[in-house]
Amino acid sequence: MKGIFRLAFKLLVNDTAKFTALLVGITFAVFLMIQMTSIFAGVLGKSSANVTNIGSSIWVMDPAVNTVANTIPMPDYVLDAIRSINGVKYAVPLYSGAALAKLRSGTYQSVSVLGLDDTSLVGRPKLLEGNIDDIFAENAFIVVKDTEFQKFESPTVGYEFEINDHRGIVVGIAKLASAGLFGIPTLYTTYNRALQYLPNSRFTLSYVLVEPKSIGDVQHIKQQIKALGYLALTKKEFIQRISDFYIYQTSLGTNILLMTIISFIVGLSISGQTFYTFVLENLEKFGALKAIGTKRYELVCMILFQAGFTALIGYGLGIGLCTALIAFAKLRLPSYAAIVTFANIGLAFVMVLIIAGISSYIGIRKVLKIEPFDIFRG
Amino acid sequence: MPNTAIKANQLAKWFGEGAAKTQAVKDVSFEAYFGEMLYIVGPSGSGKTTLLSMISGILRPNSGTVIVEDKDIWNLPEDEIADFRLNTIGFVFQDYHLFPRLTTVENVAIPLILKKRDWDESMHEAAKCLEIVGLKERADLHPVKLSGGEQQRVAIARAIVSRPDILIFDEPTASLDGDTGRAIIEFVKTNILSENRCILIVTHDARIFEFANEIMKMEDGRIVGVEKVH
Repeated sequence: MKGIFRLAFKLLVNDTAKFTALLVGITFAVFLMIQMTSIFAGVLGKSSANVTNIGSSIWVMDPAVNTVANTIPMPDYVLDAIRSINGVKYAVPLYSGAALAKLRSGTYQSVSVLGLDDTSLVGRPKLLEGNIDDIFAENAFIVVKDTEFQKFESPTVGYEFEINDHRGIVVGIAKLASAGLFGIPTLYTTYNRALQYLPNSRFTLSYVLVEPKSIGDVQHIKQQIKALGYLALTKKEFIQRISDFYIYQTSLGTNILLMTIISFIVGLSISGQTFYTFVLENLEKFGALKAIGTKRYELVCMILFQAGFTALIGYGLGIGLCTALIAFAKLRLPSYAAIVTFANIGLAFVMVLIIAGISSYIGIRKVLKIEPFDIFRG
Repeated sequence: MPNTAIKANQLAKWFGEGAAKTQAVKDVSFEAYFGEMLYIVGPSGSGKTTLLSMISGILRPNSGTVIVEDKDIWNLPEDEIADFRLNTIGFVFQDYHLFPRLTTVENVAIPLILKKRDWDESMHEAAKCLEIVGLKERADLHPVKLSGGEQQRVAIARAIVSRPDILIFDEPTASLDGDTGRAIIEFVKTNILSENRCILIVTHDARIFEFANEIMKMEDGRIVGVEKVH
């Protein structure tokens, strides 16, 4: 079969115009599919950034909360009630809110503020500069060095700013696993300082972070918290809840799905039609091959090889093009929310296989139908 | 008496059913021998091509048998019929059916590649056949760069490359001018025909009748006359 595949390869690539058109079609389709799904993955990843970064086992919140950014404050007694549940190793408060910071240059910058439990600092970030104990110093804040860091004038330890006319001092520069979705710098401070600096509603508790004594206690804790009228989710469940919100309750998921389907259809149309034309133009030649003595399965293998080869080259080019574009975009726009995941690549691969399968099926049907006698008759 | 290459017995073929039924070949029997060129001649629609297709393993007859090398080819399974065509028959089609995207030598090597022979070995054999038909220098050109006569020679080289016992030519001079057509058939008779090979030619072209050993005339699906020439 090696020789037959080589023959099929030469028949394909020597028809430069058709081969190029096939490659362009598949490359374009893969590019669009990967691009769309990468943006989706990027947005979903960034939307759960705080949950990932803080890393608590169980998050307790108001049942109406859908995303980590839109908190609904709970009364303080909830924290005490949770601490009294059997199986709870510890429970600490977390403040999550937004503020407008006045920078040294005099400009204002929106920031995300996370207030950690004053005694335990559960969920604290890994510091690149400074000492974590300094967070207990007067006016102390830690700035996260992520893609938004420069918006906060790339501060160093000792940098001063203001929030609500309160003086703030940067005492540490931190590093996080994931940057947030909204393109604003993130500040960490203590829970009580966050309440002191930021205007508050009647209730102030954004989340309660809970650590169970054992995995077996999780279900019981969740049930007890539900009985209190609140929602307890594991880290994984909370991330899923945020993803579900963006997928099903905003138009993001629908739009991405539509674009992915459209790019699949465009790719299928271009490559299917071009491959069909390629087969049609060579139909008599395939008939001649049949007359000479080529078996049906050998013709099928030739066409599958041609479609598969084109699909794989187009797939590689599409991924290369997309990752190059995303890399370039991230150079220019560090907060660009797109990430190529194995799932994106796998999905595009399946789509490309379907495109190749449908294209070759159309060609195979045509080739198997032609009778060598038709070649004789002319 | 030369050895029999093909023995066709009571071959019949019709297309369609009922009122639309057309009887293309009606109970045709004949024998073709090794070392001879047999012409099948007759007007359009007389059943020449249908007969040729049945004896070359391309079109299944409705009745009758075709015995080639002691085998009734239409009793073989489909894949073995394909093998029979590949190993025993060499085809030269009316429009040549050369692949425009392959070089001349690659076109000639196709039957060897289909026989799963090594690529380089196939190219080597194909180059030798091109030398036989006088086109060694054209081996790396694509068919579009060749004249009609040269393309015909490439088709002949492709037909003989796997050394088949039977060669089948369908209207070999239809696309050629008179001199080129005669030159090609004369070349085939002198260089390709051998004691171990039988050549069947379907043609309208009376200018090449002089090269035949035997001419079988067909009309309305029947053999209406057989003429020994040499």
